[in-house]
Amino acid sequence: MNLAYRDIRHNLGRFLLTCMGLGLLLGVVLAMIGIYRGLVVDALTIARAPAIDLWVVEANTRGPFAEASRIPGDIREAVARIADVTAAGSVTYQTVEAEHQGSKLRLYVIGYELTRPGGPPEIAEGREITRSRYEMVADRSSGLTLGERIRLGRRTFTVVGLTRHQVNSGGDPAVYITLADAQKLQFELAPPAARVQLARGTSGASLNTVNAVVARLHPSASPDATAATIQRWKHLAAITQEDQEAILSRSLVDRARRQIGLFTSLLLVVSAVIIALIIYTMTMEKLKQIATLKLIGAPDRTIIGMIVQQAMALGSIGFTIGTALIVGVKDYFPRRVILEPDNVAVLGLVVFVVCLLSSGLGVRAALRVDPATALGG
Amino acid sequence: MQLKRISKHFGEGEARVDALREVSLEVFPRQVVALLGPSGSGKTTLLNVIGCILDPSAGSMELDGDLVLRDGEWQRSNLRRLRLDKIGFIFQFHNLLPFLDATDNVAIVQQLAGADAATARKRASALLDDLEVGHRKHAMPAKLSGGEAQRVAIARALANSPRIILADEPTAALDSKRAGIVMDLLRKLAVEHDATIVAVTHDEKIFDRFDRLFHLRDGRLVDG
Repeated sequence: MNLAYRDIRHNLGRFLLTCMGLGLLLGVVLAMIGIYRGLVVDALTIARAPAIDLWVVEANTRGPFAEASRIPGDIREAVARIADVTAAGSVTYQTVEAEHQGSKLRLYVIGYELTRPGGPPEIAEGREITRSRYEMVADRSSGLTLGERIRLGRRTFTVVGLTRHQVNSGGDPAVYITLADAQKLQFELAPPAARVQLARGTSGASLNTVNAVVARLHPSASPDATAATIQRWKHLAAITQEDQEAILSRSLVDRARRQIGLFTSLLLVVSAVIIALIIYTMTMEKLKQIATLKLIGAPDRTIIGMIVQQAMALGSIGFTIGTALIVGVKDYFPRRVILEPDNVAVLGLVVFVVCLLSSGLGVRAALRVDPATALGG
Repeated sequence: MQLKRISKHFGEGEARVDALREVSLEVFPRQVVALLGPSGSGKTTLLNVIGCILDPSAGSMELDGDLVLRDGEWQRSNLRRLRLDKIGFIFQFHNLLPFLDATDNVAIVQQLAGADAATARKRASALLDDLEVGHRKHAMPAKLSGGEAQRVAIARALANSPRIILADEPTAALDSKRAGIVMDLLRKLAVEHDATIVAVTHDEKIFDRFDRLFHLRDGRLVDG
């Protein structure tokens, strides 16, 4: 006779409500873990998209994401001539706010050379940019659709392709345009400002400026050695892909990552305390029944089994509800929520351990119950 | 059942309280006896000692011919098993497990003693029939009347055919008519099961239903 099952069945509604509450709590914990993972992955997405080995940026900067970087566009040719470099491309990055369906849409605009590294990693829908002007590949999270036209700066672009999950560290969706368009968007002065510059006798900054040059190396080449070669040019800095990812994950989103990490840890502690309290309260409510069981001859293992099985049932059902809930709603979050199987498994293990420890509290209380308390009112 | 000079005290020194003072008594099979006395007289303490759930400070006790306590020391290492085999309990408020139906409330005792589920349920069903609550065998305790619940509780006490049944205020929750019916039932069971029944009660209207009355005052047996 399984006493845990009988007790649960007897108070099924209440038990399920408790599981539901616990499930919601664990769902929030899972969501926070997913948001944490999403933040880290999002921060690395743009840097990983061009699938390159080296970032050439302005000297003494850690650009182009952590710090501003401007270098002449012709640097790309110099970099491409270095031994072990198989391909190089110039890129620009900037955040633009555009009007879209009556509201402001923040976009992370990436300019790249069509036949060189730096473009979108994969087109999910539509095609790549084929014309040198006014075409755009946008991320689906921007809400833009194929064929839609949107004004960036003083020019209107047509969406010809869509990507998935291409966002910057702030969660702004990425759009890809040609380098020439991006340079105009970023560096071209507005006509009044250009006239002022002309009147002052300056022709304004050169448009052939980029934020970085990205380079692919021969598989057998050492990124560090190539970076050291470029560093010797003094006016440039070179960052390997590994270092760029470290800068992004440890520097750029470090505070946000730690903030969410700390909050997630606190939430886990709160969940553990709540699970412990629920299980302890469930046991305390049954002390008279436990005393009766002891008096009629139930061995300790029967009582321990009842408490531990109920705790495990509560934890596993709550965890299942929480996981199902978050899997069902994670795509509706404004930023990416990434639930890795190993993260879910670790939380499941944590819930299992917490339930086991919490049931230990209940078991301790139950084993200390004097069977004599069953006698009398 | 034979008790010799059973004593029990709580605390030491000035805080010492003597709950039982050298209580000796003997009860034979088929006898239904009552422990009487005012609050604090030691009735429940004595019931707990007989039920092997409270360690006495001194004294000896024989249950069903076995010396289970000698000079304040238990002679059995497994008192839980002793309770399961030889002692049945009837509680003032029935103490039926609310998550088991009437049959399983009785069957659980046999299952704890090692019987398989089918055998335990069969015997439980028979006991409930004997006690005229067979028609309520699938009812949950919350759905039973006071009298029905007490009969189920009595069936549970009888499940393992104990030689001693300890009853704590068995009629306190019943009106006088039902109290009389329960006492008649206990007497019948004592005879049929060759058992000894010891009850703690304040219920004066059933005093005449007992074979012997043991009066306790300040932990001493003053009459019986």
